[in-house]
Amino acid sequence: MTSSPIQSVAKKTPDGFARKIRGLSDRTIAWIFVAPTIFLLLAVNIFPLIWTIRLSFTNFRVNRPNNDVEWVGLRNYERILGDPDIWNTMQATAHFLIWTITLQVLIGFTLAYLINKKFRGNDMWTTIIVFPMMLSPAVVGNFWTFLYQPQIGLFNYVIAFFNGVDPASFSMIGDVNLAPWAIIIADTWMWTPFVMLICLAGLRSIPDSIYEAAECDRASKWRQFWTITIPMALPFLMLAVLFRGIENFKMFDLVVQLTGGGPGNTTTLTSIDLKREAFERWRTGYSSAYAVILFVTVFGLASIYVKALNKVKER
Amino acid sequence: MKNTLLTSAAAGAILASGLSSVAMADGHATDLTLCWAAWDPANALVELSRDFEDQSGHTMNFEFVPWTSFADRMLNELNSGGQLCDLMIGDSQWIGSGAENGHYVQLNDFFDANGIDMGDFIPATVTGYAEWPKNTPNYYALPAFGDVVGWTYRKDWFERPEIQAEFMETYGRALGVPETLDELTDIAQFFQGRDIDGTTVYGAAIYTERGSEGITMGVTNWLYNYGFEYENPDQPYDVDGFVNSAGAVAGLEAYRELYETGTPPGSSNWYMGENIDAYRSGQVAMQMNFAFIWPGVEADENVGGGRSGYFPNPAGPAGQFAQLGGQGISVVSYSEKQDAALEYIQWFAQPEVQARWWELGGYSALSAVVEDPGFAASQPYAQTFLDSMAIVKDFWAEPAYADLLLATQDRVHNYVVAGEGTAQEALDGLVRDWIEVFEDEGKL
Repeated sequence: MTSSPIQSVAKKTPDGFARKIRGLSDRTIAWIFVAPTIFLLLAVNIFPLIWTIRLSFTNFRVNRPNNDVEWVGLRNYERILGDPDIWNTMQATAHFLIWTITLQVLIGFTLAYLINKKFRGNDMWTTIIVFPMMLSPAVVGNFWTFLYQPQIGLFNYVIAFFNGVDPASFSMIGDVNLAPWAIIIADTWMWTPFVMLICLAGLRSIPDSIYEAAECDRASKWRQFWTITIPMALPFLMLAVLFRGIENFKMFDLVVQLTGGGPGNTTTLTSIDLKREAFERWRTGYSSAYAVILFVTVFGLASIYVKALNKVKER
Repeated sequence: MKNTLLTSAAAGAILASGLSSVAMADGHATDLTLCWAAWDPANALVELSRDFEDQSGHTMNFEFVPWTSFADRMLNELNSGGQLCDLMIGDSQWIGSGAENGHYVQLNDFFDANGIDMGDFIPATVTGYAEWPKNTPNYYALPAFGDVVGWTYRKDWFERPEIQAEFMETYGRALGVPETLDELTDIAQFFQGRDIDGTTVYGAAIYTERGSEGITMGVTNWLYNYGFEYENPDQPYDVDGFVNSAGAVAGLEAYRELYETGTPPGSSNWYMGENIDAYRSGQVAMQMNFAFIWPGVEADENVGGGRSGYFPNPAGPAGQFAQLGGQGISVVSYSEKQDAALEYIQWFAQPEVQARWWELGGYSALSAVVEDPGFAASQPYAQTFLDSMAIVKDFWAEPAYADLLLATQDRVHNYVVAGEGTAQEALDGLVRDWIEVFEDEGKL
């Protein structure tokens, strides 16, 4: 009788080592397997977080290695929370978040609803629609910078075609009133397909039998939409909002490429501001406190949201 | 003559191969990495450095980073004690931080031992690129690339009779190189929206960039000439009343007027690259830019070959100054190849290497090169370079320069481009920001 591979490996294990591991419990073996992952997690995730929290109570500056590091207590937090410029940045971020999510969910869901209908060329249209999200944000930023160019930009010419103004008479990324909308439009163009795909998954998960039952009950299409489609797709919609919310809260590359945070501070989002504090002003302690505040904000909001999402799923 | 040349060439080759063999035989052949910005002069330096490789046996590697992320990338490298760069051609404003934080090797002993005299270089470049503290004989760099903000203009447009006639009719004077900043603004406004050969053109491309240092490098050309001072000449770090003086406020207002009335639409975040593009594509009659672009303008098929002219930053009510650019070359203290790096600096400081540097498109800061009788006529822009280098002023080079620069970027951009508040409020705010920085630094 031939031995199994496991038995042959067991035979080759040196006796001393075999004796050592023979008596290990399942729990110990489980720990041996999980330990490397936990170690990595601690090293690259938890330790930096704890270190950041520690630094946030100091005046440490990474570009002044020779200076004494002083414990400043809550002073960094007080300065951040009392700084009107940071509140303006928060406001710009909130404006960006609210509008991008609203537009992306509305347009994404509409597209998913239309794509979900069986028609010729369905697959081709799906591929065309998801194309923008395959591009790198830096490429999209560069691309839209040209589209918004007052002299040669297609966007200005399209607007001019509809309202008759001179294309060179307005600048989407140079005007304080238009620049916040310029970044919203570019982000919406890029990420609506992502929301559409999630919504499409939600719509395709609804069994046809429910609609057939509604048809038997003579429910109108409008009523089917509000009482079947929306409630059953809602968890997916909420998931899309969560993903886009987290992603756009840390939005950096697209906006930096498009506007650099300007004009003025009108498109300076929190992530851009944080990067400037940490790696241009080199205020490491201060920027650590800033990062901790943002982390707590996102973590808190996301936790509340996930609880709501779970409740919706349980219904 | 031919024989002499051949003999010299052969002797040179033997000497070069000898140096090379000695270096390698002694185990000194080293891979050196030089860090600088990614721009035209860097390509010229690669070409120039081939001679060093041939002579020394060392191999040169280059790490070039685009200007907009140059400071981020390289200051990160220095602050983390990184060993990527053995030689750093760092921005002039980094010299204070490089010296005080121990990033750069002090070069005094090396200069003394090798007969390198800072008196042989253009004084403004020594102060701007090499000294810390300023105006003291403590050297942390060798002036490597002289640069200054100046102006390029479309000479071919300026010379058109119909344009000259219309300008004369409008302003009562001939259209030519502006002598004052007000005249420059007039010319920009004159060209703004004008139809030239069926294309709408604009007045001037100026620096407005917000993210790094752009608008500061532009607006200072107005501020200096209207009476702005960095500090009280009798009391260091006393900025109130000097930074926000009546003259400085007028200068800032004048820069905004030019931005609003004489620049292309959408030029709200423009720096070197965007200005070059606008000029080369025939969008603007004039461009503000550092002198490093001039060789490229001359060689350009659309605007070069005599179609462009050059002039220094015009005067204002308080004098004529221009923003200094340029950099010095330093040895990074974290490098383990400092001997080879110092060899490079010794080679680079030689007059014949500096002369070749100018030929390749690098702006030598060696007086012997720029004071050569043939220098001014050697290129159409050479005289403008000399005139401009004679009127330079530079931004702070304190270890906290980044805080001072970012505050300036924010305050000036918010006023000039975003139109927030008044010029007085912007400069008063800048005074508050700078005082806070100096207090944090323990200077006040």
